[in-house]
Amino acid sequence: MNRPNDYSAYPDAKGRFGDYGGQYVPETLMPLVHDLDAAYAAAKADEGFQAELGGLLKHYVGRPSPLYFAERLTAHYGGAKIYLKREELNHTGSHKINNCIGQILLARRMGKTRIIAETGAGQHGVATATVCARFDLPCVVYMGAVDVERQKPNVFRMNLLGAEVRPVTSGSATLKDAMNEALRDWVTNVHDTYYLIGSAAGMHPYPVMVRDFQSVIGREVRDQILEAEGRLPDALVACVGGGSNAIGLFHPFLNDPEVKIFGVEAAGEGVETGRHAAAINGGRPGVLHGNLTYLLQDREGQITEAHSISAGLDYPGIGPEHSFLHDVGRAKYLTATDQEALDAFVLLSEKEGILPAIESAHALARLPEVVKEVGKDGIVVLNLSGRGDKDVATVAAHLGRQI
Amino acid sequence: MSKARIDARFAALKAEGRAAFVPYVMAGDPDAAIAAKILAALPEAGADLIELGFPFSDPMAEGPPIQRSAQRALAAGMTLQGVLDMVRVFRERDQTTPIILMGYMNLVLHWGIEAFARDAAAAGIDGLIVVDCPPEEAEPLADALDAAGVSLIRLTTPTSDDKRLATIVRRTSGFVYYVSVAGVTGVKEADEKAVAPQVARVRAASGLPVAVGFGIRTPERAAAIARVADAVVVGSALVDEVAEAVEMNEDVTERVLSKVRSLAKAVRSARVGQLTS
Repeated sequence: MNRPNDYSAYPDAKGRFGDYGGQYVPETLMPLVHDLDAAYAAAKADEGFQAELGGLLKHYVGRPSPLYFAERLTAHYGGAKIYLKREELNHTGSHKINNCIGQILLARRMGKTRIIAETGAGQHGVATATVCARFDLPCVVYMGAVDVERQKPNVFRMNLLGAEVRPVTSGSATLKDAMNEALRDWVTNVHDTYYLIGSAAGMHPYPVMVRDFQSVIGREVRDQILEAEGRLPDALVACVGGGSNAIGLFHPFLNDPEVKIFGVEAAGEGVETGRHAAAINGGRPGVLHGNLTYLLQDREGQITEAHSISAGLDYPGIGPEHSFLHDVGRAKYLTATDQEALDAFVLLSEKEGILPAIESAHALARLPEVVKEVGKDGIVVLNLSGRGDKDVATVAAHLGRQI
Repeated sequence: MSKARIDARFAALKAEGRAAFVPYVMAGDPDAAIAAKILAALPEAGADLIELGFPFSDPMAEGPPIQRSAQRALAAGMTLQGVLDMVRVFRERDQTTPIILMGYMNLVLHWGIEAFARDAAAAGIDGLIVVDCPPEEAEPLADALDAAGVSLIRLTTPTSDDKRLATIVRRTSGFVYYVSVAGVTGVKEADEKAVAPQVARVRAASGLPVAVGFGIRTPERAAAIARVADAVVVGSALVDEVAEAVEMNEDVTERVLSKVRSLAKAVRSARVGQLTS
């Protein structure tokens, strides 16, 4: 596939990024998906909506988030300057809130009275429960039973915020099954329910809508790096599960060919072991959850289970725009194993006094290669998409420590 | 040929003045051999058409009964090739009962859309329902099925307004499937009073027979829907019979067929003494 000149032209009117994306959903949902598309287009063009969104991002979320020069980490690798985009400092502790604020305003505009969401690590669930509390809307969060077990603090946080967390036991009892259950709920409660998807995945218009709401990350980075360094960075790095934090950082730079772009997928125990969550590096294109994208699947086309230490990356698919960026060669998708992520988690904690989310630690793990690629005078911006407090029990268990 | 089999069956039913009974069974549930035995016996037990599910790991429009049924079939090793083989064997003895495959897009995509349309036709399949392939995404599939002479059966729902209905029925043939409840399979109950005007609307828009399914579990409900629709589809209640028989260590085939007989009888007697359309 040829590289396009203007990435802002995607998706097309049918929700396609090249071959990827689309609207593969049951007929019951099609009218809702079209309504959502129209409502979002109207909201996007509405200055009042944008002003309300901007106000909440500033005063409730705490934006802009800092772009921090990680001096000791830079010295540690001894090469390019490393900047961290501090999304972990947002209210609720991750980038997920950016999208939730946008979508809850949209849900209100559409007159919806009930919110549902899926969550993996619980970060999106917490962010959704938070905006539902703020706007006084009932909230049901579907979460794989396995994830409920490994992310107990986040389950309790959601409960404190007034959300009902429904553990999902079907399939592999992780994020993909939570998404299946959320879709089943939506099919059943079409008249009053808004499905607040947390990733830049699913059926059109979710991938573009989530990307737009998360692009505040990349837009801020652009201004901040120009102020700090007087030029654009040489490379961007972010972890990719569904890929919302990554596309939010990447998108405002897609039309700048001098900026190299790296996504990092979760390699679990290693891509070669088959126990991983690397859709691009270990999967093939297929249809799941409403879109055509790279997926983990067997020869027959049955979806296979993802494996990752990170519940937030434990998903067999990836947002369709990432599949497109991979195919056209605009972004490069690397991988990091569980162990590499753990090592990076510890390293950042010790060098910079910042506990990264285990998801973000996957991006940190590939810094050595990225730093080398851009050279000593280079500038690298890494999206620190979430904070690691929620992961301390997991990390302790892997380090063999009692807490 | 295949489309002709569906048309011929509905024409015959119209002459009889009754609705069709359409059981849905999952290919490979609880295993390939028993599922094949059930399939072979369905026409004799009262099936006028057959919907045959092909199992997918992530069936997002299904309630728990069909989800579990797909899991059992996959655990027992069913593949899409296995489904086609099952139909081929069925066709050796039955050339008149239409078979409609029902499942999800990813498996068809992996087979290759054109190859699948040809192979399905060759196996003796008459129609295809792909739950997660709305008209917006279905053009390549519709082209391939047209070329192979297999009907693309479309779903209409309580959320389909007149404009949407026109889009849905544009490239469909055989019959139209009316999903009688907003929801997943096998959970909510269909109400014939709400269904009747919808069936009339879909029939008028499509000029085709209308099958109703998604919320029909009992002979009483089946009979009530048979009074207003051209066909009655029952799925979850049948796969539940498989689950219970497996659990109780009973004869799965006999349990399923016994349920099919009672449902078919209810559908066949529903319009007795009633004027038919």
